[in-house]
Amino acid sequence: MTEHVCLDKQDCKIKAFWALMALGGVFVLAAMVAFFHLEHTGHIETGMTNQIVWGLPHVFAVFLIVAASGVLNVASIGSVFGKSLYKARAPLSGMLALAMLAGGLAVLVLDLGRPDRLIIAMTHYNFKSIFAWNMIFYNGFFAIVGLYLLTLMDKKLKNYSKPMGFLAFFWRLALTTATGSIFGFLIARAGYHSALMAPMFIIMSFGYGLAVFMVVQSAMYRWNDLTVDPNIRRRMKNLLAVFVGASLYFTIVLHLTNMYVAKQWDFERFILLEGGIYTKLFWIGQILLGGIVPLILLFIPRSQASQKVCFCFMAPLLVILGGFAQMYVTIIGGQAFPLELFPGFAETSSFYDGVAHAYSPSIWEAMLGMGGIAIAFMATIIAVHALKFMPQDDLHILQGRRSSD
Amino acid sequence: MSDLHNQTEIPDSSERRDFLKLGALAATVLAPGVMLYGIANSRPPEQGASSKLRWGMLIDTTKCGNGCNTCVTACNTENGLNGKTGPQDSQWIRKVNIKNLSNGFEHDLPMMCQHCENPPCVDVCPTGASMKRADGIVLVDRHICIGCRYCMMACPYKARSFVHEPITDQNPEVPRGKGCVESCTFCVQRVDRDETPACVEACNANGQNAMIFGDLNNPESEISKALSGQASVEVRADLRLNTGVRYQGI
Repeated sequence: MTEHVCLDKQDCKIKAFWALMALGGVFVLAAMVAFFHLEHTGHIETGMTNQIVWGLPHVFAVFLIVAASGVLNVASIGSVFGKSLYKARAPLSGMLALAMLAGGLAVLVLDLGRPDRLIIAMTHYNFKSIFAWNMIFYNGFFAIVGLYLLTLMDKKLKNYSKPMGFLAFFWRLALTTATGSIFGFLIARAGYHSALMAPMFIIMSFGYGLAVFMVVQSAMYRWNDLTVDPNIRRRMKNLLAVFVGASLYFTIVLHLTNMYVAKQWDFERFILLEGGIYTKLFWIGQILLGGIVPLILLFIPRSQASQKVCFCFMAPLLVILGGFAQMYVTIIGGQAFPLELFPGFAETSSFYDGVAHAYSPSIWEAMLGMGGIAIAFMATIIAVHALKFMPQDDLHILQGRRSSD
Repeated sequence: MSDLHNQTEIPDSSERRDFLKLGALAATVLAPGVMLYGIANSRPPEQGASSKLRWGMLIDTTKCGNGCNTCVTACNTENGLNGKTGPQDSQWIRKVNIKNLSNGFEHDLPMMCQHCENPPCVDVCPTGASMKRADGIVLVDRHICIGCRYCMMACPYKARSFVHEPITDQNPEVPRGKGCVESCTFCVQRVDRDETPACVEACNANGQNAMIFGDLNNPESEISKALSGQASVEVRADLRLNTGVRYQGI
């Protein structure tokens, strides 16, 4: 009888697996339709213009790429800093990093004006361009994290996991520095040019990556009818809170430094007060839902009896939502604010000088962006289904170390 | 007599035919060459641009007519742009109206690629498609532009446009293409045959004489003399890009 129930359950799970694959497949298919449509018609069918040159696809792509480097942090804490809790999660962390980077890069490439020239992007490098360096970092990330995963999953290669972990850790730091610098190096734009961009992107990647990891971990445990050990949950939620707090700190410092510079006042007034959708997304999306509410949920005092309620799914989900809001404000809000060519003058022209630029993303851009998430999602469920990525915890060791961590 | 006439006529007619044949052959062989030489008589294509030159432009905004759009129209005609001004349409040159916030004084000026010595668009381009010629003209290599638009993000002058839709009726001398970025080329096709950019020519023809084009490295050129005689400014001089386009009267 028990065996019969188990068989049914297995059967149900396989059906559920294919249902999830179909769901992901629909979104990937939609992204392909959007890609071929835009390839045929050109970007005229998008909401992107000569003023807002990077749009919704870039919001999805940069979020996925930043979160991909951040999700690897879980493995790094295990391999580089020797924490056994995180070591048990290193394979899942590495696999998620690869899946999300693949999703993010796919969106980035499919949105190019000439995606057919991808081979040129791979063979012609301008080494002064931080964008070119990013391409090298992305490709290297696949190779290094792939090898790192091998050393984690193949017992014969176990001895190499620590040096590979170190290499992957430094590589991901370089990668996120380069991604943040894509914006930080834009000398002329009030919304971007700041040395804070690189470290801020790193700390935000820690938060977004860990949030994604926690959501996936919760889903995997639920799928297998397991619950995450309270010790593990406690430590991961505390770490997430540190990252969310640090992200808020960097955001505050960025805006405070801007406010100290007179020529940045107009930009700050735009983002913080008068920017319409960008102001709302900044305060409600990035700060409130992506920062303050998760912190409250993670630190809310609970009685011993209600310790089971951890918000270890809800809080990271909000952090991810806040991450998308942050990317929208950073990428699109930064472009919507007009370039100032003549300080002290009001400017008008047929090319929309001197006015905040409008942007309404089209359905095609949303389809492309969602396709990136779907690629990461499908890669994850295939990997989790086919290989052993479920964290294997030694709870005795964890309990013994409770006080020290 | 008649026989004699006929005898002398026959070889004569044959020689004339030979001469005509030779002439036609020579015309067939040489004419395209002469035509090509006419198009690019300043230097042969294989010679490449010279770093001894630096092309630049000086714009006297006091002579630039408010509401005058002659330079824009000439640019559109020369380079095959449709002249539409929607947010997704290309504009290589635009008239910007600037109004002094403290005293309300208004005037117009043309704004286009400033052909910087240290162009941010060239720095950021991942493939090297954004490039600066030896003579200072900043161009986009349409063969290796992947359409990432990072150069548009980096340009302080909003001088670049992305081609959002397929293009028809192009000027064969100015190839453009959907999915690539483009901007003012100083009408490089004209400069290479010792002509001035279309906007400058049109401005002068219209009697405005607000634009001077020439070699900034040649102290005897009209532009160098004008620059040494009066104060001029670079737009966003704080960025120290050493622009090729300078303005007077701002």
